[in-house]
Amino acid sequence: MKRRSLILPVMLFALLALVPLLATLGPRSFILAITTRIVILALAALSLDLLIGYGAMISFGHAAFLGLGAYSVAILSSHGINNAFAHIGCALAVSLVFALITGAISLRTKGVYFIMITLAFGQMLFFLGTSLAAYGGDDGLTLAQRSLVFGAPVLKNDVTLYYVCFAALLGAYLLCRAIVASRFGRVLRGIRDNPVRMQAIGFAPFRYQLTAYVLAGMIAAVAGVLLANQAEFVSPAYATWQRSGELIFVVVLGGLGSLHGAIIGAAAFSLLAELLSHYTEHWAMIFGPILILVVLFVRGGLTGLLGGGR
Amino acid sequence: MIPLRIEHLCKSYGALKVTDDVSLDIAENELHAIIGPNGAGKTTLIHQLSGLAQPDSGRVVFMGEEVTHLPMDARARLGLVRSFQITSILPRFSALENVALAAQARDGSSFRFFSNASREADLNDIAMRLLTRFGLHERAQVAAGSLSHGEKRQLELAVALAAQPKLLLLDEPLAGASHEEAQRLIVTLQTLKRELPIVLIEHDMDAVFALADRVSVLVYGRIIASGLPQDVRADPQVRAAYLGEEV
Repeated sequence: MKRRSLILPVMLFALLALVPLLATLGPRSFILAITTRIVILALAALSLDLLIGYGAMISFGHAAFLGLGAYSVAILSSHGINNAFAHIGCALAVSLVFALITGAISLRTKGVYFIMITLAFGQMLFFLGTSLAAYGGDDGLTLAQRSLVFGAPVLKNDVTLYYVCFAALLGAYLLCRAIVASRFGRVLRGIRDNPVRMQAIGFAPFRYQLTAYVLAGMIAAVAGVLLANQAEFVSPAYATWQRSGELIFVVVLGGLGSLHGAIIGAAAFSLLAELLSHYTEHWAMIFGPILILVVLFVRGGLTGLLGGGR
Repeated sequence: MIPLRIEHLCKSYGALKVTDDVSLDIAENELHAIIGPNGAGKTTLIHQLSGLAQPDSGRVVFMGEEVTHLPMDARARLGLVRSFQITSILPRFSALENVALAAQARDGSSFRFFSNASREADLNDIAMRLLTRFGLHERAQVAAGSLSHGEKRQLELAVALAAQPKLLLLDEPLAGASHEEAQRLIVTLQTLKRELPIVLIEHDMDAVFALADRVSVLVYGRIIASGLPQDVRADPQVRAAYLGEEV
């Protein structure tokens, strides 16, 4: 990576780090709530960018992992297990297994079939959520409290929760950046560009793609854990295909294959949706054409527009 | 040991026999050219040898090991490496990275997630040596997609060699090259054939007769003649198959 391409992500993270300070200038808890949601959305979108932007795996069921993370918190909490590390551990383990199984099956297919099969797995999980009567079924479940850290309600403070989300995003960003430049990432990018060429020099695409699929799923599950804590509520809606579509939307809007594009996309998506919804409840009618314009005219999404390079 | 042995290979697409009972032995230090008119099934044969297509019956034995049903990547790891008729490179990667990636495939695990691969000196050294050998050292940092056609053909050979082949399958390495580019590639292949056995598919008859130790002629999926270049050239069946073209 060139030095120039570092400017945009450094500025982004600096800005995000200052949000709690800036929030005191306005309606503080509202600003914190929306930026926390942006950071969580960015984390999920970042993991999807690893799949789409670097692996050419267009998953239409990525929200399933958000659901798995969120329900890890809700289900464990409802049984009196409030430990944040247990929640995270459970989310990681469950998403690992789910990603291994669904990935191993989905990756047998290509192109539009891969999109459809990931969609089907996502919907499967969504309907599983709606059928969990003990955990609220369709209506979802309100959490009694946020996850506890060593028994202490550390996350109860919105600023702390924000910084935990920020740290998760920064960590995931640095991790993904390292991965993309590593041997593994180079193989993944090679498979994205020309799988037959990669096979011809001795790489079996499946194992690399599956590994990336699992990694991305686990990162999204962490986002799910954070989302449950932010909202203090979980519902099957977290795992719907509309959510998955929204994630693709965010990644494309921000610019595929740049990682920080996912953060810009998440911010632009959330702020625009928030802004437009003040004027009309049919804000999606305005939103859709904006995305079309961005895709048509701005190569590399908003990141390309900002000239941050790829 | 015979590096590559092809035994009664058959493949049909519907009623069309594209490979019809092909048997061939490729000897050590031999460049074996497979020629034939368009549609004779040359590329399909290479696909079956490299693992990109499956034969209906017959066997492919590489270095004493049956590889008939192994996928292409597994064959490549054994040292059975191919090039493509239509240039197959990673256009967004630099020329150096194209070659380094092939070297990486032969150098330990690629399940390394943290250190930067493009700074691995060992891989870059191997890649740079090969690029130098193929006259591309000054183009190392150029995106492969921006190279000239002839340079891409040279790059494809460098990539194949970086994968440490024990035998090379070359599918029309001169395809689309200009006359000068072709001459360069022929010189390159002349040194290459001293290092390892090569199966060469080629349309350019000058190249075939400049390079081949043995020639097999494939017509409608069937080998109609196989032997020394001058014998094959004189074969009446071969002359008939080429319909009076200059062979």
